Amino acid sequence: MEAIAYPTTDCTTPFLCDGAEIVRRHSGVDINTCLQCLSCSGGCPFTAAMDYLPNQVIRLVQFGLIDEALHSATIWTCVACNTCSAQCPMAIDIPAMMDVMRQLAVEQNVKIAEPDVLAFHREIIRSIEKYGRTHKLEIMLRFKLKTRRFFSDTQTGVRMLAKNKLDLTASRIKDTAVLKRLMNIKR
Amino acid sequence: MPQTIFPTYSYFPGCSMATTAKENDASLVRFFGRMGIELRELEDWNCCGSSSVHCLDTELSVMLPARNLALAPSGRPLLVACPNCLLRLKTAQMEIGQDAALQATYEEIYGRPFDPGLQLLHVFDLLNHLGHRTMSEKFTKRLDGLRFAAYYGCMLARPPALRHEANHFGLMESILARTGARSMTWGYASRCCGTFLSVVRPDLVTAMVNDIVADARACRADCIVTACAMCHLNLEVRCTLPEPIPIMHFSELLAMAAGDLQSNAWFKRHLIDPRPILKKTGVWTPP
Repeated sequence: MEAIAYPTTDCTTPFLCDGAEIVRRHSGVDINTCLQCLSCSGGCPFTAAMDYLPNQVIRLVQFGLIDEALHSATIWTCVACNTCSAQCPMAIDIPAMMDVMRQLAVEQNVKIAEPDVLAFHREIIRSIEKYGRTHKLEIMLRFKLKTRRFFSDTQTGVRMLAKNKLDLTASRIKDTAVLKRLMNIKR
Repeated sequence: MPQTIFPTYSYFPGCSMATTAKENDASLVRFFGRMGIELRELEDWNCCGSSSVHCLDTELSVMLPARNLALAPSGRPLLVACPNCLLRLKTAQMEIGQDAALQATYEEIYGRPFDPGLQLLHVFDLLNHLGHRTMSEKFTKRLDGLRFAAYYGCMLARPPALRHEANHFGLMESILARTGARSMTWGYASRCCGTFLSVVRPDLVTAMVNDIVADARACRADCIVTACAMCHLNLEVRCTLPEPIPIMHFSELLAMAAGDLQSNAWFKRHLIDPRPILKKTGVWTPP
């Protein structure tokens, strides 16, 4: 007789993987209360750039189709504006679930559907690690280099520079030792 | 219940107010100055983690903004101007308050006990504490005839864990109504501005911003009033409509109404110059 397979939290086995449990462990959010009412997807202003709607990502995760979810553009297009969770009748913190998916996608080294979004997040974090604050001009320039967008959107940059909206030098915090302590504790 | 008004508040400007939206910062500080309240910038504050840190590192997204809680002097509230910074700071305070292990980490990194009682306030909270009537008694300048569309962006939406916090929908309309300015009813008051996707996906955010601005125009607003420096920037830089309308920081209109005369310096920093329309409606005269 074949052994009965129970849901696991090993996210490599579709349908047997307990995706909801993975989300709960990482974030405390229970996506199994989802009614599939589509309030989240109805309100989300970013659906035009998503492959799966937010409620569909929830469904994928519930079905244990984690790999599908980790490869989706949706998890990177979500900016966590909270429009969905404010409208959710079951008060599910959907952006928190997206955070879990984004972190898993990076951890599992899957092919990122929106690599530029990830590159942008990394530039922000790099700037914070370096200065304790975000240095927008440097972030923009490095982002352009990384994503090889040398000539796109230069007009915007020029307009912002002309209005002194982009500081040339970074504003940095004095206590940079604390940044090191902060970065070390998490790794 | 009347709230205690402190003579001085610790003030967290955040990266946007400190750079792209210096005019937002300056007008806010001057407005509260006129209300008899000093905003004292939090010494050596750091970035809240913005929209990025929580995406890639949950623990850092709590501990990074938490440094600002550790820096805040006790005995006075910490006032936050940026809605997203406030969200990150509040989330950090809530998470650390509920988790003994996080509290231990916090105390190890920052070398001071965690203070769960530190009051974190948004600018809107303080405006409510001051009271609309008290404030309007100090308004010396009328903004009669200025038609505005109040834009809140995503600041009214919060994660479920913070859903019992005060909701400030209608606050900009009701305060500005006391100056004679007229709020226009429109459909995009709480539509997200696109935040950082403005950099990564300008195509997408341009379409979103154009929808927002087009609706404000269709509702015959002279300008859009924003409460968030990020929204302000996106609405200004991403609008490609042939006739964009000016985007005003709420704080600029407040400071103007309170009789502040520095506004020309702030307006010079706008990508869409608001001076022609303000002059035309008669609420502003060049210095």
